[in-house]
Amino acid sequence: MAGALMTLPAGIAYLLLLLLPTLATVLLAFTDYELGATALGWIGLDNFREMLADRGFGVSVRNTLVYVGLVTPVSILGGLGLALLVEAGARGRAFFRAVFFLPVVSLTVAMAAAWQYLLHPTIGPVNAALRAMGVGTPFWLSSSDTVLLSLAAIGVWESIGFNMVLFMAGLTAIPRELYAAAEVDGARGGFDRFRLVTWPLLGPTTLFVLTISMIRSLRVFDTVAVLTQGGPNKASEVLLFTMYQQGFTYLRLGYSAAITLVFLAVVLALMWVQTRVLDKRVHYA
Amino acid sequence: MRARIAVLALLGALVLMPYLWMVAASVKPVSEIFRASLSIWPEQFAAAENYGKVLARVPVLHYLWNGVVVCGGILLFQLLFAVPAGYALAKLRFPGRGIAFGAVMLGLLVPPHVPALPLYVAASGMGLLDSYTALIAPFTISAFAIFLFRQFFSALPDDLLHAARLDGMGEWSIVWRVVLPNAWPAATAFAIFSVVSHWNDLFWPLIVVQGHEHATPALGVLYFRSEEAGDDFGAMMAAAVLMTLPLVLAFLLAQRRFVEGIATTGLKG
Amino acid sequence: MAGITITGVVKGFGATPVLRGVSLAVEPGEFVALVGPSGCGKTTLMRIIAGIETADAGEIVINERAVTRLRPAERDIAMVFQSYALYPHLTVRENIAVPLAMRRLSVLERLPLLGRLLPGARRKRASIGDEVRRAAAPLGLEPLLDRRPGQLSGGQRQRVALARAVVRRPAAFLMDEPLSNLDAALRVQTRREIVDIHRAAGVATLYVTHDQAEALTMADKVAVMMGGELLQVATPEAIYADPADLRVAGFIGSPRINTLAAEADAEGRVRVAGVPAGLRAEACGALTLALRPEALRPAAKGLPVAIEHLEFLGDGLLLHARHVPDGAALVARLEPEAREGLQPGAALRLGFAPGRALLFGADGRRVAARADAGLVPA
Repeated sequence: MAGALMTLPAGIAYLLLLLLPTLATVLLAFTDYELGATALGWIGLDNFREMLADRGFGVSVRNTLVYVGLVTPVSILGGLGLALLVEAGARGRAFFRAVFFLPVVSLTVAMAAAWQYLLHPTIGPVNAALRAMGVGTPFWLSSSDTVLLSLAAIGVWESIGFNMVLFMAGLTAIPRELYAAAEVDGARGGFDRFRLVTWPLLGPTTLFVLTISMIRSLRVFDTVAVLTQGGPNKASEVLLFTMYQQGFTYLRLGYSAAITLVFLAVVLALMWVQTRVLDKRVHYA
Repeated sequence: MRARIAVLALLGALVLMPYLWMVAASVKPVSEIFRASLSIWPEQFAAAENYGKVLARVPVLHYLWNGVVVCGGILLFQLLFAVPAGYALAKLRFPGRGIAFGAVMLGLLVPPHVPALPLYVAASGMGLLDSYTALIAPFTISAFAIFLFRQFFSALPDDLLHAARLDGMGEWSIVWRVVLPNAWPAATAFAIFSVVSHWNDLFWPLIVVQGHEHATPALGVLYFRSEEAGDDFGAMMAAAVLMTLPLVLAFLLAQRRFVEGIATTGLKG
Repeated sequence: MAGITITGVVKGFGATPVLRGVSLAVEPGEFVALVGPSGCGKTTLMRIIAGIETADAGEIVINERAVTRLRPAERDIAMVFQSYALYPHLTVRENIAVPLAMRRLSVLERLPLLGRLLPGARRKRASIGDEVRRAAAPLGLEPLLDRRPGQLSGGQRQRVALARAVVRRPAAFLMDEPLSNLDAALRVQTRREIVDIHRAAGVATLYVTHDQAEALTMADKVAVMMGGELLQVATPEAIYADPADLRVAGFIGSPRINTLAAEADAEGRVRVAGVPAGLRAEACGALTLALRPEALRPAAKGLPVAIEHLEFLGDGLLLHARHVPDGAALVARLEPEAREGLQPGAALRLGFAPGRALLFGADGRRVAARADAGLVPA
């Protein structure tokens, strides 16, 4: 059968590179395997018990949640605001879309370096400006009080244009006649139009943006690896960075796999909530 | 309406700030950067020194070339695997089709970080660490690509395929001579999505690459920072500019395609 | 007294003029169909009356109130859109209630949950609910009130759009091709219902369509629009039998009206291909003689034609022929029994009663005519 033959190469690659390694990760999470070790022992739930007891891991989870909690709402509301603003007129539409989208296609590692200079406590332009205004100059990335906030700001900067583009696609899909109908029906200005037409019709887009924003920010790794290495004093330790360190610095692959499973579980839970619970409330067919 | 432009200009300037200061610092001498003056425009130009330093100390062109090889290799295999599979899932009936499609949907749910550990162990066991193979292989299969092409091919009219079959074409020649030429919108959208995400990826290269030989641009920036630059922000920014430039230029040349490509494939995040 | 009066409305998109000074009056209680080919500016005119678009010049008066500079919401009109423009997230009940809720409830009272707790909101909502049911009942929508538009058929959606328009008892109805998305059978049935709704409401109604059958069957008056101009406003009968302009004559009627080049001498005697046509025009020079297909009859005296082919329609017969002197195509609509003896290729004469002949001048305007001796059968 031609069909089976055509799916065969993809099927083999899928099996070897995706399915088996994923299953191996699941199995690994219940072992004490360390890289280079000749034998591995089945230790059941010990890795997960260790996780619960490990204060470092708790901090990592908390930091990740704070980061997601900061980046998701700001980048979604900001992206929606930008989309409405850019779409409100014809002038400069393509230009500003390109400007806000630029961070999405820029090499994250390089831009992280640029941010490091920008936020440098002594020679950075941000603090130079604050000094000039006579305001206090925080240490941004090198203080445990502000490091998560700084990383979140960079995260928002990175993803706001992405969300904007998704919202713009959603906005153009709204039939123009609905706005005309709203006018005739008595909508009295921008807020009425937004409540009656824009917001409900953006429902599916918003849900979609919400889910992928959460998953994207849950995956924060590059900026942490480049800028803070989880520091200072674990104040910017996040889930994937902990997983990376446990696995590839300390070579504790079993424990690292257990962390990966936690990460996977959260991602799956978010997707489940999207498709099972919220989808029904925003699709009107 | 004038207020709209004013607000947008202000926000736009804010978003562009890192780029402006990055480029400015890349042409300023160290002494001027350390004065932390608020003027973007350099008093003295040190572009030659900064950029010269980067080019002399790290193989920038080699990093960029590695980026091209890795992204190109990944994309080539992704298409090679996904186009026929997407076509078969969309238009052909065969035993196991339901299972295959279920597997694709399952694959969509798994972030690439999840299979990373066993893949690393396997690559290490086979002596493949620090090679193009290790950089490319794990991403050659993309459930998302198969899904995207399946969706796109489902919309192709069946009559087109019937006509091709009546003209005596087999299924394979239909894929490459009828279906693929009609799949350009999906293929470019996916290509842009794929290249952007792998050009910018740090996680996997950081795991499997040691040394300059197979370093991607993202790793190049990291190496230059940790080994050479220290507090030499001028040279650091010059390196950042050089590594960021290719994709940003491509974006500026075809920004419409980029935005659409990312918007239509945004699903994968 | 409610009516729509528009005066000298001009509109252009960029350099393209769309409306070149349109004036039209819809009397209170009158149903006017605005008909024209696509792109003639009829939808633009309707959107300007609704206030969705603004005119470059001209005045609009609705219900004896100048509304030219008012927002759509303040014009006291209701509109049915071609795409129906129903809110997909609201139920049928909520869709119909929107025009009332937007006007009677404050921003706070419209908020979900909280809005219901405000004093007075409950009573207002109850009265809105009653009016929604009253608007929905005659359209047979009561069993569907809790569904969403996505769960309805095209015809049902169309009724919801109608109910949303009538619920507020506006001063005027505007309908923009409301039947064009329905299939043929449903369209004929819904025509009747729209006319009934109009009768019951008794307000000025402007109905845009490109379908002349709708215009002729439904309207009290038909306004024919072409190239951004109103060519004629008259009763359906007058538009058909007594068109003021050659373009109106050509647009209304199917099959299309036959036209022949003619000329009138100094005394107004009309000749077709040099032969007296039995008509005397109140003009001289080049003219166009127009004849409805059903005005032509095989006769002993008349236009010499060669039969090209015959189309049997069941209740009639279309005879396609060519006028021998100048090769102009002619169509005659005959009784089905007339087929006997008609052969493609055969020669024939087609006569007409002088009263059915329409004459138009070189500028396309109608020219008065009376019977004279000539081609016409005695």
